[in-house]
This record gives sequence, C-alpha cells and structure tokens, in this order.
Amino acid sequence: MREEIPARVGVGLKPKHYRDILDGRPDVGFFEVHAENYMGAGGPPHRYLAAIRELYPLSLHGVGLSIGADRPLDRAHLLRLEGLNRRYAPGLFSEHLAWSTHEATFLNDLLPVPYTDETLARIAEHIDEVQETVGRQMLLENPSTYLAFAESTYPEVDFIRAIATRTGCGLLLDVNNVHVSATNQQWDPLAYIDAFPLEHVREIHLGGHAPEIDDAGRPLLIDTHDREVDEIVWGLFAHTVSRTGPLPTLVEWDANVPEWSVLKAEAERAESILLAADAEGARRVSAG
Amino acid sequence: MSPLAERQRGFAAALLDADAGTPAGLVGPDGAPSARRFAVYRNNVIVGLSESLMVTFPAVCRIVGEEFFLAMARAYVVADPPRSPMLLEYGAGFADFIARFPPAAELQYLPDVARIENAWKESFHSAEAAPLPLAALAAIPEARMTALRLHLHPSLRLVPSRFPALTIWRMNVDDGVPSPVDLAAGGEDVLIVRPAAQVEVRMVPPGGAAFIGRLGEGAALGAAASAGLGASSTFDLAANIAGLVSAGALSGYDFIDDHPGAA
Repeated sequence: MREEIPARVGVGLKPKHYRDILDGRPDVGFFEVHAENYMGAGGPPHRYLAAIRELYPLSLHGVGLSIGADRPLDRAHLLRLEGLNRRYAPGLFSEHLAWSTHEATFLNDLLPVPYTDETLARIAEHIDEVQETVGRQMLLENPSTYLAFAESTYPEVDFIRAIATRTGCGLLLDVNNVHVSATNQQWDPLAYIDAFPLEHVREIHLGGHAPEIDDAGRPLLIDTHDREVDEIVWGLFAHTVSRTGPLPTLVEWDANVPEWSVLKAEAERAESILLAADAEGARRVSAG
Repeated sequence: MSPLAERQRGFAAALLDADAGTPAGLVGPDGAPSARRFAVYRNNVIVGLSESLMVTFPAVCRIVGEEFFLAMARAYVVADPPRSPMLLEYGAGFADFIARFPPAAELQYLPDVARIENAWKESFHSAEAAPLPLAALAAIPEARMTALRLHLHPSLRLVPSRFPALTIWRMNVDDGVPSPVDLAAGGEDVLIVRPAAQVEVRMVPPGGAAFIGRLGEGAALGAAASAGLGASSTFDLAANIAGLVSAGALSGYDFIDDHPGAA
C-alpha cells in the first residue's frame, strides 16, 4: 500500500548507505530513489530497496523519461516506471522538466527546453499520458539551466504554472535549481519563488552545486549534487517553507557521496528549518 | 520539421560532436551566444557516460590507467552512445569496441577482461531464481539422464577466453595485487553467477564452456556432454555437473522426451 510521505526531511538513497540505514534505523522522514537504478530484473538493489521500503516511506524520482522531447514517450520505459510504482507503492512520484532522448540516442542529461506554446502542448500531452498510464499524479521538477533559448516566449515560472494548470500534475520545487538557474540567468531567486505556483508544490529538493564562471567572467553554477547545500540555498529554503508550511523535503547527494553521518547532518539542518516554519505557521494561526 | 524538433535535432547533434559549434539561439543572460554554457551540457553527457563506464569496468580502468580509460571511454560514448534510458545496460558493446580500438591493440586480453566485467554487472542485475539443490538431481533415475535438460540460472554468464583473463581480472579488482602473468599459459573460461545476493566468479574446467553453452541452448545432457568432450578430451561430465550445482548455477530441469517434437 502507498504510504504517504510526511512533511519531514528525507534523504536520497545511495548503495553506500544501505547497511548504515538497515543496521542503524536512522530517524529520517523518507528515502527517495532514482527509478532508473532499480530497473534491473533482480539483484541486490531490489533486495535492499525492498528491505528499506519495509521500514520507511519511499519516493520515486525518474530521471530518464524525457518528458520534454519532441517525440512520443518511450512506452517501454513508461511501463517500467508503472511497474516500479506498483511494486514499491511510493508515496510520491516525480520526473523532470527536461528532455534526454533524441531519435535512438539516450543523452543521459537533463537538457533544457524552450518555453514556447509548442513545447507546452507537447509536455502537457506527455504528462497526461504518464498520469494515465501510471494511474496517479506525478510531480514535475523545475530545472537547473545554464543557458536560455532565444525563441522562449514564457518566463519559466509562467510556463511551469501553465503545465500544472493544464495537466493537474503536482510540482517539485528544487530550491538549489532555483538558485543555480537564477544565478546563471540573472533572475531574482526570491521573486522566482514568490511567483512560483506554490499551491501545487508537494515536495522540495535541496542539493549542492559547483561554482564556475562563463566566457564573459559571469558566475556559472553547475548542478552537481556533490557537496553540502549552499548557505544561500538554505536561506531560500527557509523563505519557501515560511510561505508553504512544512513539505516533504529531500536532501540529494549523488556524486562524491559522503559518509552517512555527513548526509544525516544535512538532513537535520533541513529538519530544523521545517520545524521553525511549522512553529511560525502555528503562531500565525493562533494570532489570526 | 517543427521548431522544437529542429531545435532538439541541432542540440543533440552538437552535444556528441566536440567540433560542432554552439547551435544558434542558445544564449547567456545578455542574449549573446555562450560556448562555455553549452559546453556544460556536452560535458555532462560525455563525461557522465564515461564515468559510468568507469564504474562498470574498474579492472579495465586499473590496467590501462584512468587517463587512458577516459579517453577510450569518450571515444566509445561518441561512437556508440546509449540507445535506451536503461543505463544499467550501457556498455555491453564496450569489449568489442576495445578489441577494435587501435591504441589498446597490444593488450590482447583486455576485451575479455571487459567481457567479464560486463557479465558481472549483468549477473548482478539479473532475475532472481532459487538454485537447484544437489538432492534434486540425485533423485533422477540413471535411465533418464541422457534426456535430462538442465536449466541454467538466469544470472549465469559465460566468458570463454584464450588468455588468462580471470587471473588478470582478479589481480585488478578489490585488493588484488598485479603481478607478471604468462599470457601464453593458456586460456581461462569464466563462469559468472549470482545464486543469491553475491555475484560469484569461477573458472570452468576443460570442455565446460562448450558443455554449458549447449545447455544454454536447451540441449539435453547427452548432447551437451558430447559438445564438452568434443572441446576437450579430458572433459569430465560428473565434475562439470557437480561444479555447476555447487556454484548455484542451475535453476531447474526437465526431460526432452516430455516435449514431443522438441529437438
């Protein structure tokens, strides 16, 4: 049975931590996995995931469906996602506003889309097909981007709102992606969050990024998930949850994965911000 | 072609071709084109896939060194990019690519080491099945033996090699210590199987690869044993069956005469 994800902090599940989790039973709200890592027929990944699913709520995060591609969705892949949803009954299921396939080639990156009416129509069709096939609401994650398309006619936030309105999908707000994109595109990240359709947000992501510079000497942040959450992102997260109240929040760390204790400390910091937002909300309610 | 289709075609083509320029209309915050920004995507794709190959092929990487490995992996990624979002399956053609990669030509055994590593990964992710216990086989009457058809475990993979590929692989994974290997010492046929949680890697006795190969094709025991004997005069049927059972490499059996019309 599906187990609802609590409005607490979860952690991205990494094989390196399977034993720490099963042996230590750490107090975290949930675990989230990349769906594609569990698409083999069997083997240790499924053995560990099944054992951890017995103990914790689970969230399923797809990284390869290529919802933004100008080509039909890969039915076989969509059915694999549907199968994982049935097998593990995750409390949340999400994918990206991105594309990663072209003709027969899988490009293995979350590539950006131009924000046009044509793209909007295509993505809405794809999300309808996903939600119909999997039989549940999916969450769509805002991207981290490094460049813009000259042909875009929508601001990103308006484009995402239009998708949510048209398809009824929920949204996953990755606050690190907001900071990365806002820096790279020279947007105001607070204005982005304030304009974001927060009423559709069901989950938040936090992760680390790497600072670089572009050809003109401007900051260029890369969404690497290979280090601690940046101080600016912690601030944006606090701002976000002060507006939404506590939401399921994931700490992601996918490369240079540290010891469990380091990841757990990040999760505790996020949890303290959620608790503060909850207390603030309670104060507002009693004052109102 | 629609504008979106045209855009993605140009974007995808430029990602895999380092000599291609940045497609028009991909801009920084000032509205001007930025090669550096597009390069982030190119790097994510090429380096990301090369590093995923490094995870699957650690022994190949240790043998040739990281720099050589990444150059070879990059060439492979561009020549044969993934065809499916099932990245767990990516790299199945890497061994054949290495065999045709001129800078690695001197390391003749290297493709077989890569085949062992790809087979290990396939075995790791394969379907589960309970291994056949010895007692189940012991109960089969002698007279039925030639019609017996042994079912290979779904995780079983076989890598025949005319080089000591298993010895070389072992000394280049985990705590292995590389030492001189006599490449002319004879071949090693390698069996990879995961009867439960752990992938196990074993050497197959003489004639065993031909025997197991025929079993995998659905041949009855008699025909498979003939293939084993044909491959090696010292082929020992009892020892081979015992080896497969103890490795957990069998998952069941039936009898060929239970299926009228089967060859």
